[in-house]
Amino acid sequence: MTTLVIAEHDNATLRPATLNTVTAAAQCGGDVHVLVAGHNAGAAAAAAAQINGVAKVLHVEAETLAHGIAENVTAQVVALAANYSHILFAATASGKNIAPRVAAKLDVAQVSDITKVISADTFERPIYAGNAMATVQALDAIKVITVRATNFDAAAQGGQAPVAIDSVAPVANSAATTYVGSEIAKNDRPELTAAKIIVSGGRALGSQEQFNAIMTPLADKLGAAIGASRAAVDAGYAPNDWQVGQTGKIVAPQLYIAAGISGAIQHLAGMKDSKVIVAINKDPEAPIFSVADYGLEADLFVAVPELTAAL
Amino acid sequence: MKVLVAVKRVVDYNVKVRVKSDNSAVDTANVKMSMNPFDEIAIEEAVRLREKGIATEIVAVSCGVAQCQETLRTAMAIGADRAILVESSEELQPLAVAKLLKALLDKEQPGLVILGKQAIDDDCNQTGQMLAALADLPQVTCASKIEVEAGASTGAGNKATITREIDGGLETLQVTLPAVMTADLRLNEPRYVTLPNIMKAKKKPLEVLKPEDLGVNVAPRIKTLKVTEPPKRSAGIKVPDVATLVAKLKTEAKVI
Repeated sequence: MTTLVIAEHDNATLRPATLNTVTAAAQCGGDVHVLVAGHNAGAAAAAAAQINGVAKVLHVEAETLAHGIAENVTAQVVALAANYSHILFAATASGKNIAPRVAAKLDVAQVSDITKVISADTFERPIYAGNAMATVQALDAIKVITVRATNFDAAAQGGQAPVAIDSVAPVANSAATTYVGSEIAKNDRPELTAAKIIVSGGRALGSQEQFNAIMTPLADKLGAAIGASRAAVDAGYAPNDWQVGQTGKIVAPQLYIAAGISGAIQHLAGMKDSKVIVAINKDPEAPIFSVADYGLEADLFVAVPELTAAL
Repeated sequence: MKVLVAVKRVVDYNVKVRVKSDNSAVDTANVKMSMNPFDEIAIEEAVRLREKGIATEIVAVSCGVAQCQETLRTAMAIGADRAILVESSEELQPLAVAKLLKALLDKEQPGLVILGKQAIDDDCNQTGQMLAALADLPQVTCASKIEVEAGASTGAGNKATITREIDGGLETLQVTLPAVMTADLRLNEPRYVTLPNIMKAKKKPLEVLKPEDLGVNVAPRIKTLKVTEPPKRSAGIKVPDVATLVAKLKTEAKVI
């Protein structure tokens, strides 16, 4: 029994969710191998070789693997699949894109977004936006799984001598999909899904200018990532990839500060595993208060700057 | 070109779901059911492609119980021209649905297939990708924008440029049709269904098939052992002012 973890990376560095996925892989039992499929991805493969608990790294180099195109990565994973009992991806945009394609090519089911490994074939996963938890048993020989990173600790790095990196030959790739480009927001803030502190704003902020003027100084002061509710994103106050919730990012920081967010179930689904939740809202009936450790009934336009100043 | 759109009947997104007392499943008896919101976006996009003269025919497909006919009527009220129900009272998991849709793809030969990116009941986010794999077609998930080049009337060989939402921003891919696309929230805002269109939809053709007619084995590959309520997070305390909040975060919660 051996588990293959598909590393998520930008060729130079590993994305943090890969470390959490390795922890889930170790819980499935057996050895853990990591596949780094990319272009000029030697540095990412070297980083993978230093993750504690990994027995071997497989490294595939091809220009067509540079951008993680689902068709191409799938072909690579399927070519290796016969050696593995489990194939794990992080439940990120990339993992969710590729894992089902791999599963269907292997004619096996896929288990999405697991939050717990109960045994080698039994897992827990949220359904209905986390309003129910299902315990499911995968009956197929190969288990293809996406892992909710926030529910597993990150595997440590560098505690052991780097393991062997095996070079694997690339397989032929699809020509029907080509990468055109991407717009990735550049900032120095921590990534939402890996941040220790998140400050999140809702529709009550009223405009993009006010969102920035009120939330950014607080985030700067705390070294926090910035999140937003769907309502704030839909209103154009914050960019799409800041959205926290069922259909946005699932986060579980040490501290989550929600300002002007009422707390729709879809939003709560994305942040209720945070260690400490602070809610600032002037509506005493706002559902967010039902999950908050500390609730402050106040006008956020007064309270948030006051909080920023007090830190 | 023909556009095929898959729609799923799910518990309405406004319903607060309850777990059955025997922990076997979520209780769906006497609960309001609706079209999965992402599938509504998928249908809307197909209708917009027809309004731009790119799509010529829109076929809505649903797999599930007989009541999915209502969901398909809604799809036709939004603008689908005809509908196909693959009727089954079995639990249909994503791989089974993908196989049923693949069989229909072989019959219908659409230039583009649009699905919602995930269903809000099982939250799987799998069916589109699985369909693309089985049909060996290009896939673009979580689409927020699509532009299709004019060309062959069947769509085959034409290029589509699709922007998708990824972690940290957006990514743009170009695919050669036929292709499978899944719709994210910001692809469009679906129109309201009007009464005249509901009346019109009642007269549109709706074909009913069985999985056996398509030669697909839909036996589940994942067994649900139990369904439980999530751990409840209890409400904490209200603090009177910012100073108290800061003090609590520092000394009690120790998170700053």
